[in-house]
Amino acid sequence: MSEQTQGHGGQAHGSVKEYVVGLLLSIVLTVIPFSMVMLDAASSTVILGVILLCAVAQMLVQLVFFLHMNTSSDQIWNTASAVFIVIIVAILIIGSVWIMDHLNHNMMMGH
Amino acid sequence: MSSRPTIVTEPDLIFGKFTSDAIPFTDPIILPVMLIVALGGIGLVTMITKMGKWGYLWREWLTSVDHKRIGIMYVIVAAVMLVRGFSDALMMRAQQAMATASENGAGYLPAEHYDQIFTAHGTIMIFFVAMPLVIGLMNVVVPLQIGARDVAFPFLNSLSFWLFVVGALLVNVSLFVGEFAATGWLAYPPLSGIEYSPWVGVDYWLWALQISGIGTLLTGVNFFVTILRMRAPGMKLMQMPVFTWTSLCANVLIIISFPILTVTLLLLTLDRYFGTHFFTNDLGGNQMLYVNLIWAWGHPEVYILVLPAFGVFSEITATFSRKRLFGYTSLVWATVVIMFLAFVVWLHHFFTMGSGASVNAFFGIATMIISVPTGVKIFNWLFTMYKGRVEFTASMWWTLSFLFTFTIGGMTGVMLAIPAADFVLHNSLFLIAHFHNVIIGGAVFGYFAGFTYWFPKATGFMLDEKLGKLSCALWTIGFFVAFMPLYILGFNGMTRRLNYYDNPEWTYLLWVAAFGALIVLAGIIVQFYQGYVSIRDREINRDVTGDPWNARTLEWSTSSPPPFYNFATMPKIHDRDEHHYKKEHGMAYDVPKQYAPIHMPKNTWAGIVISGFSLIMGFAFVWHIWWMVILGVAGIFGSLVVYSFERNKDYYVPVDQIEPIEHAHLATVNPDGLREMQAQKQNFQA
Amino acid sequence: MTSTADHTVLEDTPGHDHEHHHDAGGDTVFGFWIYIMSDCLLFATLFATYAVLSGSFAGGITAKDLFDLKFVAAETALLLLSSFTFGMAMLYAHQHNMRGMITWLCITFALGAGFLCMEMYEFHHFSSMGATPQTSAYWSAFYTLVATHGLHVTAGMIWMLILFVHFYRDGFTNANLVRLACLSLFWHFLDIIWICVFSVVYLMGVM
Repeated sequence: MSEQTQGHGGQAHGSVKEYVVGLLLSIVLTVIPFSMVMLDAASSTVILGVILLCAVAQMLVQLVFFLHMNTSSDQIWNTASAVFIVIIVAILIIGSVWIMDHLNHNMMMGH
Repeated sequence: MSSRPTIVTEPDLIFGKFTSDAIPFTDPIILPVMLIVALGGIGLVTMITKMGKWGYLWREWLTSVDHKRIGIMYVIVAAVMLVRGFSDALMMRAQQAMATASENGAGYLPAEHYDQIFTAHGTIMIFFVAMPLVIGLMNVVVPLQIGARDVAFPFLNSLSFWLFVVGALLVNVSLFVGEFAATGWLAYPPLSGIEYSPWVGVDYWLWALQISGIGTLLTGVNFFVTILRMRAPGMKLMQMPVFTWTSLCANVLIIISFPILTVTLLLLTLDRYFGTHFFTNDLGGNQMLYVNLIWAWGHPEVYILVLPAFGVFSEITATFSRKRLFGYTSLVWATVVIMFLAFVVWLHHFFTMGSGASVNAFFGIATMIISVPTGVKIFNWLFTMYKGRVEFTASMWWTLSFLFTFTIGGMTGVMLAIPAADFVLHNSLFLIAHFHNVIIGGAVFGYFAGFTYWFPKATGFMLDEKLGKLSCALWTIGFFVAFMPLYILGFNGMTRRLNYYDNPEWTYLLWVAAFGALIVLAGIIVQFYQGYVSIRDREINRDVTGDPWNARTLEWSTSSPPPFYNFATMPKIHDRDEHHYKKEHGMAYDVPKQYAPIHMPKNTWAGIVISGFSLIMGFAFVWHIWWMVILGVAGIFGSLVVYSFERNKDYYVPVDQIEPIEHAHLATVNPDGLREMQAQKQNFQA
Repeated sequence: MTSTADHTVLEDTPGHDHEHHHDAGGDTVFGFWIYIMSDCLLFATLFATYAVLSGSFAGGITAKDLFDLKFVAAETALLLLSSFTFGMAMLYAHQHNMRGMITWLCITFALGAGFLCMEMYEFHHFSSMGATPQTSAYWSAFYTLVATHGLHVTAGMIWMLILFVHFYRDGFTNANLVRLACLSLFWHFLDIIWICVFSVVYLMGVM
């Protein structure tokens, strides 16, 4: 089967090596934030930054190594829709937090 | 309600919260309605039984996965719900005018009933009239416009439709069993919380919207995939008809906004059913969060309604101006920009809640920016008509009426986008006038225009043009008479949602508005009469060519109504206005050398049965009848599993079934070509 | 994949082979991907709610009082491994190796079940310590967010069981491989959501 790496709807199949590398990277990216928090290894701002960075990095690892996402033409809509959704998710979460922060402050919720 | 029924707080094991006095047999308004509906229902059932049409109905319609039939069913249900929603509107206009006029402030409706009516009016008009009209149009038109034989997931399409019907049914059941929400159409907590709405009204609202909302989400996914993956060979994105483009954008908005509605409804449901504290007054709950979330869905929803209407106007303007659409590319980009901006303006629905200058300024400016691409579109249509040979058909009447009405609505919208002005106008009748101005003048006129335009495509015969124009005139005049007074009243400080105002000066304008509603009623009656006349005279008004308007896009290249497989051979796309291009080049209605078997999905019971179980589940949740909830949920998942194990969900249409259908059409549109082809074939066989 | 008689070739670009376009595998997996995109928004709304209510303990028991990061690390390990094992199952599926696929899927199932058991234990433990969904807005948001993820995992496991029956009955048909591909997307997606959960809820929660 020559199309081994070419699956349904542009989902490629990958290989054992890919999955192992993905797993190892994920473990590393999980251990770093967990240990930093548990050992209280730095100031909270730094830890916060590391948590976020590792989370984003691990999501990318999963997308690339487990879901075999790429920018080839047969996957362009999968990737484009994911990028679009990330933007919308950011708008929704950041927007909501921003709005609610101001509302709570001005309306003195919880005071 | 004339007498408040018992509110059960500890649900019974068998009957849940249901008690025998939950059915308002004694209510002087509801009882006659109940009788009429019951008699009508019995009449309908008897008629179908007598004519022996149950089998036909089940096989050809209720279980159908044909996008054209599903589209027609959407429109029929929407028409029924329009009657219901419009009755509510008339009752409100009458109540406000009567109560404000009378000495003691009493109209004919108790406050509790009035509150349910305005809630039902808003809920029904948005979810069960506007949405099904827009999705119905998409169903009929989009696959034909892109040269597809059906949607990507025909079974899901059927399921979406029936889930929508379940939502509509739950709203209507609430009229006769229990009550509907008395909270306004978006049911803000804490009013919609269990403490202040202890009975079942809000629960009906929640489950009706939740179930039909999931159907809408499935539709969004379905049409998005259909448009992106099932276009005819050669059709590039920038060659898609504008209606398909606007539908694509509307479906993107469905995909990204309806999950927000799902969660928001879920959180309110949890508050009401399990005592959580998302939106409660105590223990850290935050009602403003609900308002924030519901509008993060609500604003995109507005554009879901209006974008496809913009697409309709684009098709109609180009067709009846006998010109290529002016500025196709700018129109497409304007649509995409609106789609994106629709997601960054939701706060303008609650400027007055107090988020302060910086937040309000950001969302105010974002809102004003939206008017720019919308303005671009208005000029696209105007320039399409400019120097064209405009034919004033009924659908063109709707379009012109839209251009005028919608521009006014858009400008009042820009006024409301200024936070400082909004502080004066928020929740006044000015706002009511504004959003009716854009929803009726923008979206609804668009659906009516599209309905008139594509009616012959869907049914095979034309709507009566004269009555269509009359109805358009009545709607337009009625609209202005009904809503211009509301702008004035809003400026004068009249707030929304009260059943009585202690200000006799407003009486006069309220009567004018009520009279306007009556003119609109006349328009609706004319529309139903138009339907009756057109069906009666259908033999005279047949569309034999399939292209009654001499139109431009692909859907007009098939017969009317199209065969169930839409296209016998896949069209190869050359141009944006493909059908027009083929007519120009003498390629339209070419007789194919041969036909191939066509792969089609089979009809399925699964959509209607699964939805039947969701109706049981929804009703049981409303009344806290837990055994019935389990039954409904088990039924839904059981049916899904059984369906997944079914074999032979599709079949091939044999050539000897296709050929007669195609030849019948070709005999009308290209008799010479057909004869030539048949002669050749006979020679070959000889 | 070789395309069977009634299915389209898999990389179907628009307009490709429309004589057979119904329920073509590519469209189904793409459609499922779009559904997952909408599910992202569902979780995004829950995360937004959680973020807004993250300080709303109403003077009651707080997250810091209860969260145990070692426990969460173990949960994370189970789910992360299950993502890997599902990947292995996919590799065997593409070789049409039934035994290999079923074995790896069973391991995946067991890991998922382990995760769920731990989550249920955690919920039980928190409740017994006085943090129920009714305790405060924070705990309402916490339970709803985490349980929605848990319910998705449960759904994925039930789906897996049904898929076993499908494969047992029909073997490696195109339809079954499409189903498996969708479930695989779903499973990896849940892992991605869990990354957000442990980062935002647990790690940031104890800081």
